[in-house]
Amino acid sequence: MKRGKGMKFVGDSRVTADKQKFIPKDYSEYPGRTEAFWPNYLLKEWLVGAVFLVGFLCLTIAHPAPLEKMADPTDTSYLPLPDWYFLFLYQLLKYKFASAQFFVLGAIVIPGLAFGALFLAPFLDKGKERRPHKRPIATGLMLLSFVAVFWLTYEAAAHVDWEGKAENNKPEWPDDKPSVEIDESAPGYALYEENSCINCHGGDLAGGGAAPGLIGIDLDVEEIKDIAVNGVGSMPADQFQGTDEELQELAEFIISVNEEASEEE
Amino acid sequence: MLQKIYDWIDDRVDITPLWRDIADHEVPEHVNPAHHFSAFVYCFGGLTFFVTVIQILSGMFLTMYYVPDIENAWRSVYYLQTEVAHGQIVRGMHHWGASVVIVMLFLHTLRVFFQGAYKKPRELNWMVGVLLFFVMLALGLTGYLLPWDNKAYFATVVTLEIAEGVPFIGEMAKTLLNGDPSIVGAQTLARFFAIHVFFLPAALFVLMAIHFIMIRKQGISGPL
Repeated sequence: MKRGKGMKFVGDSRVTADKQKFIPKDYSEYPGRTEAFWPNYLLKEWLVGAVFLVGFLCLTIAHPAPLEKMADPTDTSYLPLPDWYFLFLYQLLKYKFASAQFFVLGAIVIPGLAFGALFLAPFLDKGKERRPHKRPIATGLMLLSFVAVFWLTYEAAAHVDWEGKAENNKPEWPDDKPSVEIDESAPGYALYEENSCINCHGGDLAGGGAAPGLIGIDLDVEEIKDIAVNGVGSMPADQFQGTDEELQELAEFIISVNEEASEEE
Repeated sequence: MLQKIYDWIDDRVDITPLWRDIADHEVPEHVNPAHHFSAFVYCFGGLTFFVTVIQILSGMFLTMYYVPDIENAWRSVYYLQTEVAHGQIVRGMHHWGASVVIVMLFLHTLRVFFQGAYKKPRELNWMVGVLLFFVMLALGLTGYLLPWDNKAYFATVVTLEIAEGVPFIGEMAKTLLNGDPSIVGAQTLARFFAIHVFFLPAALFVLMAIHFIMIRKQGISGPL
C-alpha cells in the first residue's frame, strides 16, 4: 500500500482510485523455510492454545481458588504475606541490612537499581553481540538476579506453615447476629445453668451443635415454658426440674434477652 | 459471499493495509517450532497474551457478581464460589491466570533478554515490555485485595506500610492509594477496585497496542 504523493483518491475521500489487490510478499525475501501466518501458522498456534487452555482448566478444577475468612482487622495473630511473586521483595525487607534504618535501601534503592537496570538494559548493554556467552556481564547479572529472586522467594515461603494457615482461616459466613450482653448474675441465668439448658444452648444462648440458639426466637413466655417441660423436636421432655415460679422466671429471662437483642438491631 | 462483503468494506474504508499488518506476514523459520523444536521459547509472549485475554474475559464475568464494598465484597465472592453455576471455575481462572501470566511474562522476558533481542532497533519495545510487566504486577497487587479476606487485607496493610516508608512522597502515595492516611477500609477497597478494573487495564491496553504495533513494524529479531 503506497502512501503519499501521486496517489489518486475518489472525490476528496481517502479511498484510492486505483484499487490495489493484496499481493503477498515474496517468500524469497526471507531466509529459510518461512510459513504464512494466516492461516497456516495461526492454526498451529490455535492448537497449542487449545492444549494450553485444557491444561489450565484442569488446574482450576483440581485446585479451586482459595478464599480465607472475611477480613478481620482485629485479628492480631494473623501472619501477613503478599502473593507469591512479591515474596522476594518482602523477604528482602527482613534482612538487617535492608530494614529499620536501612529501610530505604531495602525498599527503594536495591529494587530500584534492579528494576531500573532491567528497564534500561538496552542502553547498558550496547554491544552488537547478541549471544549470551559473548556478553558475560549482562548474562551474569541476570543469572545472579534470577538466583537471588529464587532464593529470596524460597526463604520467604519455606518457613510458612501454609496448610495450618489455610486451616485456621477457613471461610465461614460471618455471624451477623447482634452480640448481646447477657447478665450472668440474673436469677434467670442461674436457673438456665442449673437446669442444664446451658449444656446444649450454650453460655451465651447462641446454641451449639446439638441445639439451636435461643436469641431471635419468635415465642412467647407460655410457649417457652411448654418447650422447657415437654421438649420439642430432638429436645427431650422433662429437661426442666424446678418449680413453676422458677419456670416462669427462666422463660421471662429468655424473653428479656431476646428483647435486648432486638433493640440492638 | 465473504469476499464480496470484504470487498464492499474495503472499497469504502481501505482495510487491506490493516489486514496485511495484522495477518498477512511470513513467520520465519527460526521462530517456528515445526522446524526447530527449541523455537518453543518464542511461544511465551503469545501465551502471555492468551492468558491476558483469559484474565480480561474472566474478570468481566466476575464483575457481574462482585460487589466492591467491605460489607459485601467477601460475601459476593463466597456466593460466587459456592452458589453460582461455574462461578468457581470463573474465579479459579482469574485466580490462577494471575499467577500463570506472571510466570509467562517472566519466561518471555528471560527469552528476550538472553537472546539479546532488545538491542538496536528494539530498545523502545523492550522498555514498553518492562512497563507492561510493572502494570501486570500492579494488577496483581490491587486484585489481591478485592476478595476482602484475611490474606488480602493484611497483605495490603503491609504493602501500604511499605509505601508509607518511602521518603518525601511516601505518605502522599499511601493516602492516594488508601483514601485515608491511616484507615485501611471502605475507601481502600473502592480505590483498589477502580485501579484494578479501570486505570490499570487502560494502561495495559495502550502499552499492549504499542508493543504489538512495534513488533509488526520491526519484525521478530533474527536468529542468533
